[in-house]
Amino acid sequence: MGGEAAQRTVEAVWRIESARLIAGLARTVRDVGLAEDLAQDALVAALVQWPSTGVPDNPGAWLTAVARRRYIDGVRRQASFERKVAEMSRELAEAENPMDEIEFDDHVEDDVLRLIFTACHPSLSRDARVALTLKLVGGLSTEQIARAFLVPAPTMAARITRAKKALADAKVPFEVPVGTELAARLASVLEVVYLIFNEGYAATSGDSWTRAELCEEAMRLGRMLAALAPDEPEVHGLIALMEIQASRIPARTGRDGELITLLDQDRSRWNRLLITHGLAALATAESLSGSEFSGPYVIQAALAACHARALVAADTDWIRIATLYSVLASLAPSPVIELNRAVAVSMADGPAAGLAIVDTLAGEPALRGYHLLPSVRGDLLERLGRRDEARAEFQRAAAMTANTSERAHLLARAAACG
Amino acid sequence: MRVMVLVKATEDSEKGEYAGHEEEFAAMGRYNEELLKAGIMLAGEGLTPSSQGRRLEFGDDGGSRVIDGPFAETKELVGGFWIWQVSSMDEAVEWLKRAPFKGTTVELRRIQEAADFEGQIPQEIIDAESRLREQSAQQRTQ
Repeated sequence: MGGEAAQRTVEAVWRIESARLIAGLARTVRDVGLAEDLAQDALVAALVQWPSTGVPDNPGAWLTAVARRRYIDGVRRQASFERKVAEMSRELAEAENPMDEIEFDDHVEDDVLRLIFTACHPSLSRDARVALTLKLVGGLSTEQIARAFLVPAPTMAARITRAKKALADAKVPFEVPVGTELAARLASVLEVVYLIFNEGYAATSGDSWTRAELCEEAMRLGRMLAALAPDEPEVHGLIALMEIQASRIPARTGRDGELITLLDQDRSRWNRLLITHGLAALATAESLSGSEFSGPYVIQAALAACHARALVAADTDWIRIATLYSVLASLAPSPVIELNRAVAVSMADGPAAGLAIVDTLAGEPALRGYHLLPSVRGDLLERLGRRDEARAEFQRAAAMTANTSERAHLLARAAACG
Repeated sequence: MRVMVLVKATEDSEKGEYAGHEEEFAAMGRYNEELLKAGIMLAGEGLTPSSQGRRLEFGDDGGSRVIDGPFAETKELVGGFWIWQVSSMDEAVEWLKRAPFKGTTVELRRIQEAADFEGQIPQEIIDAESRLREQSAQQRTQ
């Protein structure tokens, strides 16, 4: 095997094995930062050895064995840890065939879940949680994460190092929370996954290939989570939400990269496999909770599903969408949700009904500088034939957005008002 | 990126004989579970024997003729498939290495994305298609 091919193989193996490897090590060493360092050492060893020896039959077991040996070597140097050495040596001797330990091992699956909860610990900032999750659970390199988030690699490396240190300093236990804590901690995990997805989906700037990868990675993390914690309706709800939204990616941009809004998209370009998947995940979520209104992700997925089910935009069930927004607003009141409800109401009952809701939001401090408020208002005014007012709103909205294709779209609409 | 994994039919799968393959099935079940836990499996199905299949042969004039299964060339027949979401073809290869197959060839193919067509299919064709869809939508709402 050539050096370059071997390196690509090592990277592929790392991508598959790193979460389980780090998680398994973290259970032993009780420190995710140290666990990752040990795993990285094993990765380096693989990069050195595999080009000449070939890839071992069970690369995961090989990496684990090397990482554990590193750990023992390190501990051995500190005499006070002799007891631990004995413990570790015994453990290694018992696991004669390392394959038994790694392949299809329930412990490892539990460890991966612990790893996810630890990386998404609420004591960390959002940015830190996102970076750490992609690094430890996603198996992405610091360079890849830096590129995806448009920051220099050293900045991202520092962010990850600080996060690992913060976890160690706070003595965050390596465990899956139970009881009342679980709901709050799970919300933090889901938030991280959805932030990763949105970073890719929003695509305000940056190289589109990297962004698409982020969406895929978030969906993969969501599915991992569903396999590890299959009874949580919100996990399935989040998967459904991401998959249904991602199904529209091929239809979202036109020939010149311009943005195409949901109702104008060519729905034959929507990814049917993701829609089928997403709708199935939504059905799972709803049957698990016994209700279609169980949590914010399930409701948002139900909203996305209304569009996915309509083969043409004209078939959209706007009455149901307006209802779902009301339910969502009752769970988490927000002017943004109210604005979305206004759009749905305008589609169900006409632009005047929608405008009445939008006008109640005019003084909302939370919507100050939010381009979608004038954008929606402009749309409703235009539909009411109040073109001069509509043009002014579109121009106002265009001045507020940083996204160039969105600004072009808004200016085109302003121009169309005559 | 997405890849399709094409698994060949076998003599037994063509006969629809599953007795005596319990261990293989169990191993495949465990493997599928690993794919699910890794979050990469988008679809995965086994196919019934080609005796239950049909072929349509299209002539140069666009006319077609239906041929009932079974089809003779067992080694060329597809017996099952997966669709995986992976980060690279190398990752797909590493995943496939872990599959419990023996004595067969399994094929990995990257699924086309919109970018693969860029500049190859005239945009006019896509636009014309959209117009047709819009018209039918308007007819429905009228």
